[in-house]
Amino acid sequence: MTETMLDIKGLRAGYGGKPVLQGVDLTVSRGEIVAVIGRNGVGKSTLMKTLIGLVESMAGTITFGSTELTGLTSFRRARLGIGYVPQGRDVFPRMSVKENLQVGESMRERVSPDVYERIYELFPILRERAGQQAGTMSGGQQQQLAIGRVLVGSPQLLLLDEPSEGIQPSIVQDIGRIIRKLNQDSGMTIMFVEQNLDMIRALAQRCYVMDKGRIVAHVTPHELDDRDTIRKYLAV
Amino acid sequence: MDFVTTLVSSAYQFGDAFAFLVLSACGLAVIFGMMGVINLAHGEFIMCGAYMTVFAVNWGLPLPLAIIVGSLFAGLVGMVIERLVVRRLYSRPLDSILATWGVSLIASQGTLILFGPTMRGVGTPLGSFMVGSLSFSYYRLVLMATAIAVLLLLYLVFNKTRFGVLARATIQAPHMASALGVDTNRIYTLTFGIGAALAGLTGGIYAPTMTMIPTMGTTFIMEAFVTVVVGGADVFIGTAPAAVLLAVVKASLTSWQGQLAGQIGLLLAVIITIRLLPKGVTGFILKGRV
Repeated sequence: MTETMLDIKGLRAGYGGKPVLQGVDLTVSRGEIVAVIGRNGVGKSTLMKTLIGLVESMAGTITFGSTELTGLTSFRRARLGIGYVPQGRDVFPRMSVKENLQVGESMRERVSPDVYERIYELFPILRERAGQQAGTMSGGQQQQLAIGRVLVGSPQLLLLDEPSEGIQPSIVQDIGRIIRKLNQDSGMTIMFVEQNLDMIRALAQRCYVMDKGRIVAHVTPHELDDRDTIRKYLAV
Repeated sequence: MDFVTTLVSSAYQFGDAFAFLVLSACGLAVIFGMMGVINLAHGEFIMCGAYMTVFAVNWGLPLPLAIIVGSLFAGLVGMVIERLVVRRLYSRPLDSILATWGVSLIASQGTLILFGPTMRGVGTPLGSFMVGSLSFSYYRLVLMATAIAVLLLLYLVFNKTRFGVLARATIQAPHMASALGVDTNRIYTLTFGIGAALAGLTGGIYAPTMTMIPTMGTTFIMEAFVTVVVGGADVFIGTAPAAVLLAVVKASLTSWQGQLAGQIGLLLAVIITIRLLPKGVTGFILKGRV
């Protein structure tokens, strides 16, 4: 149960020589669902981007299983089994839904043909819209596509950056249910950045609170029921 | 001239201009459209393909095979240039123009030093046919067929193959493609190689119709850039319609007032297009879409 999947120590990273992350320490065990919460601009998205390798780290270590990730390009990290769903989805707009999904195959040497069937079961809309240009879909549909796309590569660790942002509540619930199902059925480890309290309460087993580029607290979702705690960590 | 002869002659001239525009531009368009790099060494890749084709014919290969050899060789050279020069400049488009211009100068001057100011070419094969009182070359028909085949092949490669899916993903959101496990550097090298190989193909297939000189690539450059500028970034919805449009302009002006008028017409067409459609035909067609 307590096998460590992701171990981050003293991680510093940022843009143009200016560190946004000022020394992040954090661990995620195999099979866990962990949330990273905090106000806008404290470095949550930068943390996710640094983990997948889109932002270069300046110091510290990121250990995934037994592999050290710093110094690896992002496509190598993806091929090790890390799936990244960015904030704003970043679907390939002028490609069909099916083609978007096919890009996810690059994470694996070979992809079993029934992986698409499983994804279509989770997200029936993707089967319906398989031929549609991804850029013409709604935010919620694009979010489902972005998650489906990364699931084609069957990641061991799924990184989700604000999966609820800009999406209507009914679809947020669907997505939350699917994330929990992925965790329960296939033991996928999940780390997500979120501001939506309902989503955090519904999914997270533990929460790391970030502020000014550091982890400043470690709470259970239960503790977030307390108004003072919320004000302290999340209110603007 | 009777009506049929005039019709055949106009169609032939249009087809010839269309083939020249498409084949001149396709390599440049792939590299610009897919990678955003303006490759000023485009003419030298064409020259490279032409020279290699002539060498291969002199070694005894039949012409069609020699053209393929020329094309592949240019593609290979393109991949090496991408690795050594272009790769370092992806975030600096102006510098990549300068660097590829440098490559172009080195290539044409290097060829001059190695092979002299001119080289014996190969004759135009296939002969000619008569319609009414006019004579037409069969080889020009081969060029037209090749232009259409190249467009078709490019469409298939970029829309129906795995490489095409990954290449388009890399163009639309490189960081995201990489985060999904795509080795984007490899995609860039291959795409540049395809662009260079297409230029080489153009050189090879036009070699029998031209004088072999180190600066022969410049013959194609104006048409190539005009077509890409009018067409915009997309090879299929941009380059192909732009080539049709420009071929009409060029063929009709050339047959009316001669070669010079055709060239002037092309330049005027490009100026008008930039004024009205700054993003070319591609931008016009994509307007209102995502």
